Amino acid sequence: MTTHYLVLSALLFAIGGVGVLVRRNAIVVFMCVELMLNACNLAFVTFARQNGSLDGQVIAFFVMIVAAAEVVIGLAIIVTIFRTRRSASVDDASLLKH
Amino acid sequence: MGESITFWVLAVVSVAAALGLVFSRRAVYSALMLGLIMISLAVLYAVQDAPFLAAVQIIVYTGAVMMLFLFVLMLVGVDSGDSLVETIRGQRFWAIVAGIGFAVLLGLGVGNAMLAAPKGLAEATAAGNVPSLAEQIFTRHVFAFEVTSALLITAALGAMVLAHRERAEAKPTQKDMSRARFVAFGKTGKNPASLPGPGTYARHNAIDMPALLPDGTVSPLSVNRVLARHEAAEGTLDPEVARLLRQEAASEREASTLAEQVADTKPTKPLEEPFEETVGDTEPLVEEDVK
Repeated sequence: MTTHYLVLSALLFAIGGVGVLVRRNAIVVFMCVELMLNACNLAFVTFARQNGSLDGQVIAFFVMIVAAAEVVIGLAIIVTIFRTRRSASVDDASLLKH
Repeated sequence: MGESITFWVLAVVSVAAALGLVFSRRAVYSALMLGLIMISLAVLYAVQDAPFLAAVQIIVYTGAVMMLFLFVLMLVGVDSGDSLVETIRGQRFWAIVAGIGFAVLLGLGVGNAMLAAPKGLAEATAAGNVPSLAEQIFTRHVFAFEVTSALLITAALGAMVLAHRERAEAKPTQKDMSRARFVAFGKTGKNPASLPGPGTYARHNAIDMPALLPDGTVSPLSVNRVLARHEAAEGTLDPEVARLLRQEAASEREASTLAEQVADTKPTKPLEEPFEETVGDTEPLVEEDVK
């Protein structure tokens, strides 16, 4: 059963990665990053049960905390960029390129 | 048996939802799909002897994080679609190829690993899941836990600093707005008073009902133009209102032709100028009076 969980986690992680690469809307890109974090958490929880130790669950807990902080800051940055550029597309934030 | 049924149902649901998250056109659908994935993952945690993490997943992710996502989505514009322009040629195709390759590699790697039967958490969580987790967090990981609090405070402060916007100019006071209204009145003749209410003789106060003046006639100011156009297209517009609107449009046309004629005869002196001058002259006086 452990293998099943790990394969599911890998699939979700890959789909999230494709989303980050394919989508242009900054908020959707951010959601895909969250999906990748969640997939990692699933792997951590699975390994905790596989190895009979709670460390995996503790790390998953910390990942959740960091993800919450990251969402707060990331969305604040997106809102700030939207205010100045009137766009939530990641292609439009290319000021450093020129 | 029960676990494998749960797993297969939730695995299909969460992978389908993940594909929906990536490929749906509307960002709100993506957000709802993400919520679905998070709930199914919470159930998978619960199945795998992690009831505390399942609860935290529901509370933190589907509660706080998804709410934040939807909040920002509504702020930033729900209908801001994705641009289909590829800034890098063939990026979409190669991204999908890379994703499939990554999934296959990881899946094969995991599938080939020889894993012993899971040990299970019965031994590690002899005192129950939450007390055992608490013991781990507050003894071995206590430093990381304390640092977490600093992280959360920094994140909250950072969000406040980033989202805060300094006012570039002072907020217009009631006095400023009143002055702007009368300047507009002097320039264009726009009525500085508020629009007429339903009136004493009104029998309805719906938005499509024109206000009645004290003599019982319709006040053209109160007619909603958009609704009137809609009603005229449907043929349900009140004939009295239609007559008034026509009359008003005709007088407006007359006024504009008159203004054009005036402008043609006196091209060096636009009409607005004298009004601006008088306004500019009176303004300082008013301020001194107030002081």
